[in-house]
This record gives sequence, C-alpha cells and structure tokens, in this order.
Amino acid sequence: MKERPSPYPYWFVLPAAVIFVTLFLVPTVASFWFSLTRWDLFTTTFIGLDNYRQFFKEPQLTRSLFNTVVYAVITSGTKSVLGLLLAVALTSGLWGQGFLRTVVFFPVLVSTIGVGITFATLMHPTKGLINVSLAAIGLDGPGWLTNATLAIYSVAMIDLWKGIGLATVIYIAGLSAISPDYYEAARIDGATRMQQFWRVTVPLVRPATVTVVTLSLIGGLRSFDLIWATTRGGPGFSSDVLASVIYKQYQAGFYGLSTAGNVILFLMIAVIILPLTWWFNRREVDL
Amino acid sequence: MTRRQYVTGMIAMALAGVIFILPFVFIFLTAMKTKKDASLLTFTWPKEWHLAQNFLDVLKTQNYQLLLAYFNSSVITVGAVAMLIVFGALVGYVLQRRQSRWNNLIFGAVLVGLIVPPAVVPTIWVMQGLHLFKTIHGMIFIQVAYGLAFSVLLYRSFIATIPRDLDEAAIIDGARPLQVFFKVILPLLKPVTVTLIVVQSIAIFNDFTNPLYYLPGKDNVTVQLTLFNFQSQFVSQFNLLFMNILLVTIPPLIVFIFFNRQIVAGMTAGAVKG
Amino acid sequence: MRLYPSAALLAAFALSAGFAHADTTLSLLVGNGGPDFVGLQALADAYHAAHPEVSFEIEQRPSGADGDNIVKTRLATGEMSDVFLYNSGSLFQAMKPTDTLVDLTDLANQANVLDSFKSVVTGTDGKIYGIPIGPAMGGGILYNKKIYADLGLSVPKTWADFMANNEKIKAGGKVPVIQTYGDTWTSQLFVLADFFNVQAAVPGFAADYTGNKAKYAATPAAMAGFQHQEDVFKAGYLNADFGAAKLDDGLTMLAMGEGAHYPMLTFAVANIKQNNPDKLADVGLFAQPGADAAHNGLTVWMPAGLYIPKTSKNIDEAKKFLDFVATTEACDIQTKANGATGPYLVKGCTLPSDVPAVVADMMPYFQADGMTAPALEFLSPVKGPSLEQITVEVGSGIRPAADGAALYDQDVEKQAKQLGLPNW
Repeated sequence: MKERPSPYPYWFVLPAAVIFVTLFLVPTVASFWFSLTRWDLFTTTFIGLDNYRQFFKEPQLTRSLFNTVVYAVITSGTKSVLGLLLAVALTSGLWGQGFLRTVVFFPVLVSTIGVGITFATLMHPTKGLINVSLAAIGLDGPGWLTNATLAIYSVAMIDLWKGIGLATVIYIAGLSAISPDYYEAARIDGATRMQQFWRVTVPLVRPATVTVVTLSLIGGLRSFDLIWATTRGGPGFSSDVLASVIYKQYQAGFYGLSTAGNVILFLMIAVIILPLTWWFNRREVDL
Repeated sequence: MTRRQYVTGMIAMALAGVIFILPFVFIFLTAMKTKKDASLLTFTWPKEWHLAQNFLDVLKTQNYQLLLAYFNSSVITVGAVAMLIVFGALVGYVLQRRQSRWNNLIFGAVLVGLIVPPAVVPTIWVMQGLHLFKTIHGMIFIQVAYGLAFSVLLYRSFIATIPRDLDEAAIIDGARPLQVFFKVILPLLKPVTVTLIVVQSIAIFNDFTNPLYYLPGKDNVTVQLTLFNFQSQFVSQFNLLFMNILLVTIPPLIVFIFFNRQIVAGMTAGAVKG
Repeated sequence: MRLYPSAALLAAFALSAGFAHADTTLSLLVGNGGPDFVGLQALADAYHAAHPEVSFEIEQRPSGADGDNIVKTRLATGEMSDVFLYNSGSLFQAMKPTDTLVDLTDLANQANVLDSFKSVVTGTDGKIYGIPIGPAMGGGILYNKKIYADLGLSVPKTWADFMANNEKIKAGGKVPVIQTYGDTWTSQLFVLADFFNVQAAVPGFAADYTGNKAKYAATPAAMAGFQHQEDVFKAGYLNADFGAAKLDDGLTMLAMGEGAHYPMLTFAVANIKQNNPDKLADVGLFAQPGADAAHNGLTVWMPAGLYIPKTSKNIDEAKKFLDFVATTEACDIQTKANGATGPYLVKGCTLPSDVPAVVADMMPYFQADGMTAPALEFLSPVKGPSLEQITVEVGSGIRPAADGAALYDQDVEKQAKQLGLPNW
C-alpha cells in the first residue's frame, strides 16, 4: 500500500522559516564572524580572540555578571511563583476578580520607556512620590535609583511591577485548560485545597509554567530596555548588566567587541536554559 | 459568593489599587497640570485642568508627528501579529505532532531565536540587499522574525493539550492537512491565540529599539520613538511628557479591553469542553 | 476605522505642503531640543528666504551617547541626511571622516574660518571636513554673583581658595557645589575643564597621551581633576539630590541662588535665558582654578561642525548652504536666535554689546594671550567612552579618585586600539 503523505507536512514550516532565516539567522551567523575582528563598520581587521580577551578584562565584568544573574533570578523566580498564585487567586471566584485581572495586566500595556520615565520620577530621592510618602510617616527613603547597592534591585522591582501581569495571564490561560473533572475527582477522594493545588493544579498547568519560567529567565538575562530607561547602568556602573555593557560598547563604536559580548551573552544563556529546557521536555505530559 | 471570597476580594482590591493603579493616577494627574505645577512632581489635584491644552500641544509637536506615528505603529503591529499567529501556529503544530529528526533542529532554532540578541548592522545590510530597509513592510518582517520564537513556543506547548483523536477523525473524514489545521486545530487554540494577539501586539506597538535601527527617517516615526525624542524636547515639561505617555498607552489599552472579553469567553468555552 | 489613518496622513502631508514645491530639499540631522536645533533652524529659514528653490527638512535625533550611535550607524549604512551637525575633535575623528565625509577644503568661505577650528575638523589626510556652527564654549565654574556679594567672597585663583569659599558658603546655609548626575555627561567637567591647568604644568601631555606614554593615574597634574571631584563630595558640599538632578535642575538652582557653584560649559547660559531670564545677570563664570594662581586660564571647547556625507545626493547644494554658514551674516542670525553665548569661529563675527554676565566674564580670557587652552579632546583623538560613568562614581564616593583615574586609562585603551593608533 502506498505510504500516505503526512497530515503534518514540512512545507507548513516554510513561510516562517524563510523570514526567520533571512532576517535573523543569517545576520546572526555573520555577526559571529565579526566578533573575531576589529570592526568599525567600514574596515575589518581579523584579530582572532582578542575581542574576547578584551571583554573578559572589562573591569566591570564581574559586577555586571553578578547583576545579570541576580536580576534574572529575582524577576523570573518571582514571576513564576507569584504569577501562579495570583492566577489561582484570580480564578477562585473572588469579589471583583474580573476587574482585578484587568488591573494586574495594566502595567504590561505601558511601554518600557513610559514605565522607565514614570518610575524614575516616582523614585526621585527628594521629590519622588515614594520618598515623599515615606517622609510623611517619618521614614527616610533611600535613593532607590541613585544608591549604588540598591539600584539594580529597584529596577528588578519595577520589572516585576511591569511583568507580573503577563505571567499571571499566561497562567490563567493554562489554568483554564484544566478540566474541572480533575478537581471534582480529587474532591470526591477527600483532597484538601492544598492537596488539590499540589496534586492537580501544579502538574497540569505545566505548559504554562514552562513557558513562564523559560521566557522570564531568558528575558531577565537579556534584560536591557528597562535598565537603560531608568538608570542607564548607573550610578556609575553599579546597575550594569551584560546587555547594557554590550550596548555601551556598541554605542562607543567598538562593534567587534560588542558583538563578541553578544556571543558571550548567548553562550551564557544557552548554558543555563538548555539543560533547563531538556529537563522540562523529558517530563512533558502528552494528553 | 462566600464571605471569605468577599473579604479577600476587598483586601486584594485595596492592595492592587495602591500597587498597580497609583502610578497610573500619577501619570494622569501630572498630564493634566500646567508646566509649573507638573514640575513640582507632587501627587496633587491639578491647580488648573489643562487636559485639552496639553493634549493639543503634544499632538502638534513636530508637525503632528504623533499622528503619523500612530498610523505607522498600527500598520506594523497589525501586519506582524497576523503573520505571527498563522506562521507561528503552523510551525508549532508540525513541531508538536510530527516526530522527526528535523524537530530538534527547528526547536533549536526557536531557542536561538529567543536567546540570541539580534545583530543590528548585518541585519541592516541584509535588508538593504533585499530593499527592505527603511520600509514599513521590512519592519513588519523584522518583527515577525523576532517574534516567531515566542509564538512557536507558546503554540507548541498548548497544541500538546489537544488530543490527536480530533486530527485523526478529521483525516478519516477526508480532510486535507490545511483543512485539518484551519478547521479543527486553530479554533481550539483560541485562548492561546487571543493571549498571543494581546501580548505580541502590545510588545510590537511598544517596541522602541528595533524601529530605531531599522526604520529611520522622518516619515517613518513610530509611537515609541516620539516618546523617546520628546524626552529631551520636553525636558522641563513633565506635563507634556506624561500626556505623551498617556496618549501612547491608549491603543494597547483599547486592544486589551476589547480582547479581554474574548479571553474570558475563550477560557470558559475551554473549561466547559473539558 | 480605515478612513481615520488616511485622514491623519493627509493632515500630516497637508501641513508640509509648503515644502512641496521646491526644487531641492536638503535634509538636516541635528540633536534634539537645545540651541543647536534652534540655531540650525534659523539658518535654514534664512537661507530658504534667500534661495526659495532650496528648502529644508530638519530631523532630530537624541543627543549624547545615543546620538553618537545613530550618527555612526547612519553613516555606515549610507542613510545619513544631506547635512548633519556633530561634535568636532575626537568625536569627529571617530566618524572615520576620510572614508565617510565630503572634502570641504576648497569651499569659498573656508578662508573665513579660524585656524583653531580647522584643526579640529581636519582628517588624517590633511583635508578639512567641517564648517563651524555655534560659538565656542568655555568650561569653567558658573557661580552665583549674589551669593558672592552677600558673603563678601572674591573669585578664587587657586583650588585652595575655591574650597575656602565653599566652606563659607556652606556656613551661610547655601549649597556650595551643584552636581547633576541625572545627566551623566555633566559630571565630567571637573576633570575635563581642568585641562588648562594640566597643560600649564605638563606641556607635552596631549602628545604623550596620544602616544600611550602619559597616563592620568601616573601624572599628578592630570589626576588633580579626579581628586577635586572626590574632595568636593567628601567635604559634603554637594546638593542633596545630586544623584538624580538634571542639567536644568542644576541651572535653576544656580540662577535662583540656592547653590553657588556649578561646573559647566557656557552654552548653558541659553537655558538660563529661557527659563530664568530675570536672573541672567546673577550668574557669572570663572575658570576652574588649579594649584598655581599665576597660571589660571579657561579650558575651551570648540563648537560643533556641519558635515556632508559622501552618500548625499545633493552635495553641491549642501556645499552652498555650508558656505553660507561660514559668514558673518550667519553668525548674526545665530546670535539673534540663541542670544550671545560665546565667540564665533568665523572671522569678523561680532557679539552685541549687551551680552549675559557669563559671556562678559568669558571674553577677557579670549582677548588675552595664553589664557585659554583647548580641551584635551581637541588635541588628542583619544577619549574613552566611559569617563562620565567613572566621574559619577568618583563624585558619588563609590570609587576613590586614584582608582577612577586608573580605570579611565584602561577605558581609553579600547578607543585608541579601535582608532588604530600606533603604540597601543
């Protein structure tokens, strides 16, 4: 009997592949080559691994690596956990939950620059609303974005404010895919709400969890827009992350060096994300 | 509704109010003030209401640049999101359903798409070669290229929750692959599609860096670019700056309000189907 | 829904209909807001009035480091406007002018341009690539004359005198030194404006610096700038919100008499004129004092230049416009638009008799011999990109001065290598 052509033909992938390969893969591969050169956009001089050596000699490297990881872990961890809890709370029939769901998502709508400007204003050390309110109850608010040790954490908080709504919405979509029959069955078996949460919700909301963790971790490691809009890596270099260091090099015209930095960032993310994704994939439940 | 749900709801409202709504109120109030009033940066009721005045001032800046920007940003967003939905779902579908060696390669490409920051100048060169640079449709393709990874990832995850029996049933009924996809699968993906529409259109509408590089030129302004430019323009005019932020946030707000009902409808439909 | 966007487009086009009938349209790129834009707009309008067949489209870009980025990328991808405004000196060199710009050596009015400016827009091939726009700027300490009068202080000639004044100002309840790290570039003035004193102490510094022989950390005279920044912070002379305050905040504080000293470039007087015009007479300027009272002079910044990229399609028309900018008539137009903020680099350009106090304080330095020195970035192409972050760190007490100087030396290495300078 003649073999039936698959109902999932390869050519489905074609339109996406054409756009992706031409506008993303090709330039990216080209840039790997450029990372091995001294490149000023007009001439290219091959210098081997010099850019990489220079990048590792970057005085702020340790600090920015630390900041990158801390920022990613804080934002990703909180979004993954808090997002799920919020989603559960907002699907449990609370009074005004429709309104709450909308409100939680509002910050996602504002552009990063808009959020950056707004919070830089709110966090102004003497005139900003936050410190003024704290002063009204007798507390001396710190320089949220101007204190060298505090700055990166403040930006992480702003990131959370902006992004938690998205995590929550993705979780809500995931929760809605869980049939109520499962909960029914668990209740009949006498499970408490806690047990229902751990035994039914968490395993079955897995697709959403994987999405949120992976995306927020990658996003956190690559994060640039918000940090740039609020502190530009300052004061000094104290809130620099890898992405902003790379961007500053790009701005200064050190294109080869900046591209090498991009490669390093990519490798770093890959080293963290690939094992994570493999671990997630192994345990995927196919219904 | 139980008492517990009621009380928890109230507490949640209060907290949400402070955390999430307060910054917006601040933006709104400051956008209504006069220049001097706004420069004090206080959380007070405006001494005079300058809503119309500020609105017009921002609109008129740089020859009504904001209107053109709205148009450009909307075209880019709608075009890109439409393609992302269709192409992304197609790939996610094949990736999930068909077991083959190519899967790992495609999935690897997806991860690369998520992880690797784009290389600006080589991309510009490629676009120039294809006559796509500085064009709106070129920008649309760029947004599609950068957004595919996320879309594919999301679709792949959720197609896993659709039982294969449905595909089989349709095939047995004589449906061709495209029909299976469009008539059976895509409708079931409504919650994800709607979520994606909301998320991607907001992300693309709010995107700043990509149009900055790939769509330079006075006629090519996008909404975020005007906000960025006006920062220095309005350096001591906080009222106009915040009015600008307000105006720039309205389209995503409209999208969200419109689709919010769809998200809810989609979710309840999914729950009932079970 | 579909009609609305088209209507908007029509509206946008209708407004620019006035430009639709000209024969040539020159596109101009300039940093947004500020005197550069205002001046260029005035020049464009005047030229258009005289030559109606040429009209202009002015595009604004962000200023600062973001702007540097845009200029370089546009040049590299051939997307630059017909004429663009950009710094002279080391930033000019970083544009690879010999590869990217049109040679302007043979422009008719090039003879009008002062040699001092020509030297900072000359490429490595000896050709001239730019025309000056705007006046030269002095970098020193803006001070509030009223506070000085109230406390009976006199203009300091040495750093020690300066600090003594600060102590008295602090006792008098005012902020001695204003810093505005919300705009990071403003933090560099203590280091950069000190160059006159460095030059006076170590005359060969610029050349040795370019040749990788002299370093900031190893040259005490050069280190002084960093040390001063640290000292001012340590003595508690700064304003409370120095970490977040911006340029305009600082200028307002100074003009209103809340703060006494603000290290800044003289172009800022245009801001004061716009925001606090009635206080203009209260603000003056003195050169940053060094160790030696006998050698006290002003560090000077050359103005920006107008350049034409090789890829322009209207090179001839653009050249004619630039020719116009190098005339006394153009100077007068700029003075009318921005007020007088300093001396022009075109021969024969004069300033009106009623200039703001800052400018009146500045002119004597230019009129005497040996009382000015160009800033280092005009004598050496080597300038590190991270100086402003380092000075913020030193000025906020995050990093000691010696460390900061050493860090800057490292930073500069990258720029030198990128430029392909010998000996690095």
